Amino acid sequence: MTAPAEFAGTRRTLSTRSVTSLVSRNGAFGVLVVVMVIGFLTVPSFGTADNLRNTALAASFLAIISAGMTFVIISGGIDLSVGSLYALAVILSADMSSHGSWAAIGVPIAACAFAGLVQGLIIARLRLPPFIVTLAGLTGIRGLVFYITKEGNSHPSVPGKPFFETVSRGSFLTIQNPVWIALAVFAVGWYVLNRTAFGQAVQAVGGNDTSAALMGLPVRRVKVIVYAISGVAVGISGVLSTGLSGGGQEARVGNAYELSAIAAVVIGGTLLSGGVGSIVGTLFGITLLYVIQNLIVQGFNLNSYVQQVVSGVFLLVVVILQAVFSRRSETE
Amino acid sequence: MANGVSATPTLSVRQATKQFGGSLALCDVDLDLWPGEAHALVGENGAGKSTLIKLITGVHQPDGGEVLHHGEVVHFPTPRDAQLHGIQTIYQEVHLAPQLSIARNVFLGREPTRFGSLDLKRMNREAAALLGRYGIVADVRRPLGGLSLGVQQMIAVVRAVSTDASVVIMDEPTSSLEPREVDKLLEVVGLLKQQGVAVVYVSHKLEEVFRACDKITVLRDGRLVWTGAVTDTTRRQLISRMLGRDPGELGNGKITHLGRAPVERGEVPVLAAQHLTRRFVLDDISLLLHPGEVVGLAGLLGSGRSETAKAIFGALALDSGTVEFCGKRFPRSTPASRLHSGVAMLPEDRKVEGIIPELSIRDNIGLAALPMLSRRGFVSRRKQAEIVDTFITRLHIKATGPEQKVAELSGGNQQKVLLARMLCLSPKVLLLDEPTRGIDVGAKAEVQALIADLAAKGLGVVLISSELEEIVEGSDTVLVLRDGTALGTLFGDEIDESAIMTMIAGAAEHDTAELIA
Repeated sequence: MTAPAEFAGTRRTLSTRSVTSLVSRNGAFGVLVVVMVIGFLTVPSFGTADNLRNTALAASFLAIISAGMTFVIISGGIDLSVGSLYALAVILSADMSSHGSWAAIGVPIAACAFAGLVQGLIIARLRLPPFIVTLAGLTGIRGLVFYITKEGNSHPSVPGKPFFETVSRGSFLTIQNPVWIALAVFAVGWYVLNRTAFGQAVQAVGGNDTSAALMGLPVRRVKVIVYAISGVAVGISGVLSTGLSGGGQEARVGNAYELSAIAAVVIGGTLLSGGVGSIVGTLFGITLLYVIQNLIVQGFNLNSYVQQVVSGVFLLVVVILQAVFSRRSETE
Repeated sequence: MANGVSATPTLSVRQATKQFGGSLALCDVDLDLWPGEAHALVGENGAGKSTLIKLITGVHQPDGGEVLHHGEVVHFPTPRDAQLHGIQTIYQEVHLAPQLSIARNVFLGREPTRFGSLDLKRMNREAAALLGRYGIVADVRRPLGGLSLGVQQMIAVVRAVSTDASVVIMDEPTSSLEPREVDKLLEVVGLLKQQGVAVVYVSHKLEEVFRACDKITVLRDGRLVWTGAVTDTTRRQLISRMLGRDPGELGNGKITHLGRAPVERGEVPVLAAQHLTRRFVLDDISLLLHPGEVVGLAGLLGSGRSETAKAIFGALALDSGTVEFCGKRFPRSTPASRLHSGVAMLPEDRKVEGIIPELSIRDNIGLAALPMLSRRGFVSRRKQAEIVDTFITRLHIKATGPEQKVAELSGGNQQKVLLARMLCLSPKVLLLDEPTRGIDVGAKAEVQALIADLAAKGLGVVLISSELEEIVEGSDTVLVLRDGTALGTLFGDEIDESAIMTMIAGAAEHDTAELIA
């Protein structure tokens, strides 16, 4: 603890700085703590082990997608195709499960990785804006999903109890496997971003791709790979979802997931302009979104549209705070 | 490698030529870089310095000529290829990754790894050692973004020299540095020379060039004007080579003021700028402009010419100083309020700041006039067409018609479109930054005549040009600038090239004398 007298003198700058770093670096974490404490205190059903477990399980699918999205956004891009790709993975996984577990796991992940790779190649090679290219992906892949499912009328389900179902439905230390897998994805993501040369290049490219090219970094390769990473993450998420549900999901599954994933990344402190961000922040961001949603349902018994309003307001507040503080730190 | 003892240059450029669109950016330029030598590259804006560097560093490929590395012809399709040959560049605007630590930035793109994982311990240790060697005190684990621009620039230098660089190119490395940091950077240049590195030093700050460099190459309009040892030239000769006069001609003062009719300087100047000051950019610049007067701003690149005009136009925030128009302060300090009052500016780079190439001549001209032409937000196309057509005729804009895209016009005609855009606002003051750059001789004469004509009709004109001849011939008054300070004002018959160059060179000698003392 700092001596009170010393603290008083520098209180203002300290508090400004601590708020700045709180918001920009681990704002989501701080808010998450506050929200959870409020939840524990005011909503009895929120703090039960069952409820927390279920919330974590529900969050894990979008969490994995958001981890991939973090790479794309830090590199200065955006991936709007993840919602549709998720649906593709879900449907493909159920379709393929008749050929065995490995097909149900491998084919969707490979297909999503391929889709990400193609989008990345178009973005990097033809220098097209990622927004437009992945918007085309969003539309086209959703269309493909409806085509595969015969205009959404077929709901392929998983026969029997193959291995990949048990992966999704099993648990370890009473926590379901998808939650562990999501945490593992984040651990790997953190490692790649912070402990490999590729991760350094992702951050440099997002900061300024012209400068990165002048420094001799493989800018185009980085841009291609981040979209492939996003694709792989979406594929994993979709496979897990099918394993858990046993198939039968609708063709419109994963609708607007891209927006939730982007929101989680931004709330986690990653700048949409690229270059600055943290994958740990994203984990807190997505958790926060689900905790708030859960609290609204459990405690306040509001309908899902109100949840959306609250989430929207919350996102706006975070973005405003980010802008205010990044401007302040510039002028300092 | 011992100092300068080598049979072949580390890097040579032979008859390099580069075209962009229709314009020749570089023409038949030779350059030899020897180990242990610092070679200065000087010239005004658009002289071809950047283009030359970009050919060496693999950003651009030459259209003609070749690059030789230790006597062998090399091709650098990308910057990475040049870097693999030991050619490192420090750009004026460094954007390393601000979020990453100093050490991570130093090793960005060539990180030491162990089993695929970054060897952070080694990175931190080696980065600290490197920083120590160049006398920089900083915690290498801190994010780069939190450091001052000067320190960031030094980190960029360390990054460049930490490889086995044989050639280090510095493009205006001191533009964001404090004097103390400049000293440090020049020390680094000295260290690099001792290590046998060939240094290319691009700068418009001549005292730095004279302090740190062994050889100088002067470029003008994409051509090699002069190359030689620092000891073989004087500041004055150098300035005249950059601005486009042969030193012999200069001494005789051949080009002098044409003796235009003297200006009637009334009681109230149309424009009065007082004590314009902005840290590192402008230092107490004052300027009076009367109706019908052309005030020329003379000085080298970086002297504050363009910045003075921008400050007057409200496009450059000032620390202090006032700008009065017809004896009154502007209500707000924005370009829009200036335009509204009747001050118009022709920007230096018409491609970046001026024209919208994909729009027609009519729309480009009409753009500025829109507020006057529109009623409740609607624009009368007929009225706009009338006004625009008048100007197309008046300025002799050569085009197939008013609907032709501006991108298809020649440089001279594009410039006239910009002038027309200003004139349809019926301004009282024109700020012209390099109005004749990059346009052919005939169009140049036309534009110059047009400026004289406008002044004769009572407009006040501030004229900026890196061609001294244009300033001398076209101005009634000349304000001479250097490093953001005013060196003096010349009126009427006092104006000639020799007087201006003596002023600039004199101040430069003076500065060096101070530095040595």
